[in-house]
Amino acid sequence: MENKLVVSPSPHVHGGDSISKNMYGVLIALIPAFIVSLYAFGLGALIVTLTSVVACMFFEFAIQKYLIKGNKTLCDGSAALTGVLLAFNLPSNIPLWIVIIGALVAIGVGKMSFGGLGNNILNPALVGRVFLLISFPVQMTTWPIADAANRFTTMDVETGATPLSLIKFGAADQVNVWDAITGMISGSMGEISVIALLLGLCYMLWKKIITWHIPVSIFAGVVVLSLLTGLNPLVQLATGGLMLGAIFMATDYVTSPMSHKGMLIYGFMIGAITIIIRKFGAYPEGVSFAILLMNAATPLINTYCKPKRFGEVKKNG
Amino acid sequence: MLKTFRIGGVHPPENKLSAGKRIEVIGLPKQVAIPLSQNLGAPSVACVAKGDEVKVGTLIAKAGGFVSSNIHSSVAGKVAKIDEILDASGYRRPAVFIDVNEEEVWEESIDRSETLIKDCPLSSEEIIKKVAEAGIVGLGGATFPTQVKLSPPPGSKAEMLLINAVECEPYLTSDHELMMEKTEEILVGISILMKAIKVDKAIIGIENNKPDAIKLMTDRCRQYTGISVQPLKVQYPQGGEKQLIDAVMGRQVPSGALPIAVGAVVQNVGTAYAVYEAVQKNKPLIERVVTVTGKSVVKPSNYLARLGTPISMLIDAAGGLPADTGKVISGGPMMGKALTSIEVPVTKGCSGVLIMPTLEAQRQKMQNCIRCAKCVNVCPMGLEPYLLMSVGEREIWDRSEKERVMDCIECGCCSFTCPSNRPLLDYIRISKSKVGAIIRSRK
Repeated sequence: MENKLVVSPSPHVHGGDSISKNMYGVLIALIPAFIVSLYAFGLGALIVTLTSVVACMFFEFAIQKYLIKGNKTLCDGSAALTGVLLAFNLPSNIPLWIVIIGALVAIGVGKMSFGGLGNNILNPALVGRVFLLISFPVQMTTWPIADAANRFTTMDVETGATPLSLIKFGAADQVNVWDAITGMISGSMGEISVIALLLGLCYMLWKKIITWHIPVSIFAGVVVLSLLTGLNPLVQLATGGLMLGAIFMATDYVTSPMSHKGMLIYGFMIGAITIIIRKFGAYPEGVSFAILLMNAATPLINTYCKPKRFGEVKKNG
Repeated sequence: MLKTFRIGGVHPPENKLSAGKRIEVIGLPKQVAIPLSQNLGAPSVACVAKGDEVKVGTLIAKAGGFVSSNIHSSVAGKVAKIDEILDASGYRRPAVFIDVNEEEVWEESIDRSETLIKDCPLSSEEIIKKVAEAGIVGLGGATFPTQVKLSPPPGSKAEMLLINAVECEPYLTSDHELMMEKTEEILVGISILMKAIKVDKAIIGIENNKPDAIKLMTDRCRQYTGISVQPLKVQYPQGGEKQLIDAVMGRQVPSGALPIAVGAVVQNVGTAYAVYEAVQKNKPLIERVVTVTGKSVVKPSNYLARLGTPISMLIDAAGGLPADTGKVISGGPMMGKALTSIEVPVTKGCSGVLIMPTLEAQRQKMQNCIRCAKCVNVCPMGLEPYLLMSVGEREIWDRSEKERVMDCIECGCCSFTCPSNRPLLDYIRISKSKVGAIIRSRK
């Protein structure tokens, strides 16, 4: 008996947290948005999401099996999460072969080419999404309208403009903020309902999957820049991919800063760059680009933004 | 809102299985092995030889330097040999082996009565001298010689005494039980410590999961001037010296400095009791309270054991080693040391023996770092464990030093929290020893 004792350095207990718990936690937080999306876009939402998840998991499996060595991460939920997030960034009437290309770019280029989970610089789902946006601009910006009558029987439903493109092309008066908050607008399938996404945020904060710093600083960046450039901050917050991006994409562990100070700078800059692109850029929508830009700046932020060290605060006694 | 420290921290399951179990006295073994290195700093130097007769309380080893302490015989008997023994560190180290006589003979100077002696006429210097003679060390586990802590470096002035009764390690209850049973003695000990460091204020920090101890100590401390109790929110590692000072006083000890830099002297509650016994009863440190606990242990208990008693005797008293034992730990689950054998002797720093089942003894497989920043969030020193591990892996020691690896208190919050089961603290420890050696070589 005596010789069989396990000897290892402390700590001898573990909190029980794991990668998959966090990944599945985020997936659970995405359920409200998925339900709204199913309701608003019907069959298309279901098929696109399934295709994207299956394709992402397939590419993860295939690349780890045949191309790179290392821990097998197929079942930890990270590939499935990338699949869902990619799908949520696509219109629900997009041809499925485009979804599969997006999944290949997201997993193959965005994640695996850097060495797999934990090593990527950019958010894989956004790499896939932006690749598709630039390569297939027409399909990627033909938005189905929410609540179309035939949405449960076909993917090929009536299309319409998103609130942000209305604003971009001078029809801001047609934008109804309340519709954007509930989710009855055109857009990428996962981004439409502010309420559903905020529910997800509350869940993730409650489960301590993420901290408040990134989403709140993004909101702050959007509000400040909107006021400076004369846009309605509420409309900017409620439309486009802002909520989805701020809550689920920018908070991606791997590609966001480590310290709270860094997170605040990162978030504020995402909010600010988003508004600058929306106001002055060619695209009506700027969240994806803003997040990718700040993803790239994250190593730099980590180098310069350190957490508050113990003993650095002023003595106050 | 209850007070706590401001940066990081975790709340592991408390599992205080032996809470409320009265302290039982463990019988004497046939032979004790008293290791010569039981304190932080230099080992003690034996002053007895094979064949010498010793009484309970006879000095058997003298302090081997400034930061070192005396060691006394915990039994009456004959010195059998001075030889190496496997101790809690896992190394073989010198120890004095004493064959125990059946008849217990104590040193005459020791007052063995239960009478409470409140008044202490001694001066500060006399108290510190007595503490040094009695071989008292910090009994919370750090085993830093107490007389050194009571003699602040020239130019610094203590403002108050903090008594560490936090016991933030899960499972351990020895301090808790001591407070319940030796309340008055502890309070007299605190008064003596206050006199030694010339302060008129002492605060006892107790975590809120010990409401009975908070109530009892609060009631009794009214009869002693300057002593008060501060209940604290349960948060690990609040028993860390710097964390306790931050929690109670709202001051943070600067990097590399001692608590005295912010006017604090911290002593463990068990140390306060040992000081009472040494100063008022002339009794050197020859025994201590040890919690024996674990989920499969038949009878989790608090024992009073003589130093040098094999831990296996305590485990037998608690119902024997469970069949599913995977790991035996000296101390708590967060900072304790895994033992290579249950025959190691009880030492001054042994606050508990934790027996973990096989299922919990193994670590999970390590995954890639996903940069979730949870280690950064829980680090009570405001460090970046993920970064320290990564530069440690690549042996970039100057960067480790720049990222303040030496500030790490080795509480283990980072490894405890990591969802990828990364051995963050293991790498930080390696870095600390490398960087420590580099810093020393510069002098």
